[in-house]
Amino acid sequence: MKKTILIVDDDMDYLFQMKLKVEQFGFDTITADGQKEAESIIETVRPDLAILDLMMESDDSGFILAYKIKRMYPDVPIIIATAVTAETGITFDINTDENKQWIKADLFLDKGIRADQLQREINKLLKI
Amino acid sequence: MASYKVLVVDDEMGIRMGTRRILQNFKVDYPFMDEHIEYIVLEAPTGEEAIEIIDREMPDIILLDNKLPGIQGIEVLEYVKNKLYDIVVVMITSYASLELAVKATRDGAYDFIPKPFTPQELRSSLENITKQLFLKRMTQKMNKEGRLIRFQFLSVLSHELKAPINAIEGYLKIMHEKQFGDNITSYKDMIDRSLERISGMRSLIMDLLDLTKIESGKPVQHMQSVDITKIAGISLDTMRPYAIQKDVDIYLNTKEPVMMEADPKEIEIIFNNLISNAVKYNKQGGRVDIFIHKDNNKIRLQVADSGIGMTEEEKSTLFQDFVRIKNPKTKHITGSGLGLSILKKIVEMYHGDIDVESIPDQGTTFTITLPADNS
Repeated sequence: MKKTILIVDDDMDYLFQMKLKVEQFGFDTITADGQKEAESIIETVRPDLAILDLMMESDDSGFILAYKIKRMYPDVPIIIATAVTAETGITFDINTDENKQWIKADLFLDKGIRADQLQREINKLLKI
Repeated sequence: MASYKVLVVDDEMGIRMGTRRILQNFKVDYPFMDEHIEYIVLEAPTGEEAIEIIDREMPDIILLDNKLPGIQGIEVLEYVKNKLYDIVVVMITSYASLELAVKATRDGAYDFIPKPFTPQELRSSLENITKQLFLKRMTQKMNKEGRLIRFQFLSVLSHELKAPINAIEGYLKIMHEKQFGDNITSYKDMIDRSLERISGMRSLIMDLLDLTKIESGKPVQHMQSVDITKIAGISLDTMRPYAIQKDVDIYLNTKEPVMMEADPKEIEIIFNNLISNAVKYNKQGGRVDIFIHKDNNKIRLQVADSGIGMTEEEKSTLFQDFVRIKNPKTKHITGSGLGLSILKKIVEMYHGDIDVESIPDQGTTFTITLPADNS
């Protein structure tokens, strides 16, 4: 059975392009254009993986959403795709113990990632 | 009320007690400070104890005797200097040789008070130090905040500029790889979206130029007597094609000339921003009404729309840089998020006021009040 990937981004163009890429990898997709919509989706659907933008309704929407998804489905891997690091110089290293406690993401990716890299990372997280 | 900690380092108890007594009810205030400053006196009979207290209490000011039983005052001064502590050190000594004075000054001693000193000498010295310290800290704080705001602005700006480039690049790649076949019409939506993102970016750049002009020190204002009604008309004509496209009617309800002293370009920016927002955030078949009033020495510009409106919460963030109200109703509307912060900066230059009234799903009314005489 095809795995389902939830993609959340408030940039409709990025959302469309990400959806296209992920579908080309052979996955089903569900999309949401923000934290609120994503929250209502996860009430009824358990995705196999989630790819979230960081800055949506608020600057940390991605983190909040990641936290809520992990609370409902602790085993669902989460990728936060962001352009924040390159722009602000703020890096979020999720591998330190301190950050693991509050950032509930499995992986951070830069938004400019190449399709083949993205596919490899998704497969790794889904163990396929 | 703020307080500064003063550490007195002297092996003579009389000096320590005297200082405590002199500073007990002493307060310093200057017209530029919102609060007055009083002093908390800490005491150390030796240099060793002084260092302990410095590390623990982080005093603001140290009154330091040089001749001490153990380590000398100058060594305490060196310690403060090496640790890069933000403390003002004043040497109190009767034995100040030129050599010592030079060394102490080089190590950052701020002042010398000869011993014995009168209460008045101590107070006036502290008054000066307090003023310097207060101003220095205030400057540091303001620089830091300024840098922070600048940094936030630039990081958001680069995000706003990069997002459309990424989107357009993504679409071009899809077309380049002919992911939807050879027929160009299959890519129509992507081409439309790319054009839309490019026009969004252009308006962001235009807004940025306006903002830079306003922010780069004193803008060159060409003040003259201008007819506000006429400028509103020019702005209306500029916006009309956009309004037709969005199926919104604009009415200029004031016909007679209303004169004020202003830079016509700036007034036009005000109207352009208000009218374009009123059209942009309207409904199909909606309307925009413009009113201009003059009573006494005040000009009131009013732009009312029958659009989607805002909640109180959305209203409160309206004038910040790059803030765009995000909700399902605004999803397909592009904008730089700078228009209203530009508007606000212009209105502030005229010492005017902005008032916003809004009801969700019914509409929003912006009222700008400006003084008529700005000469």
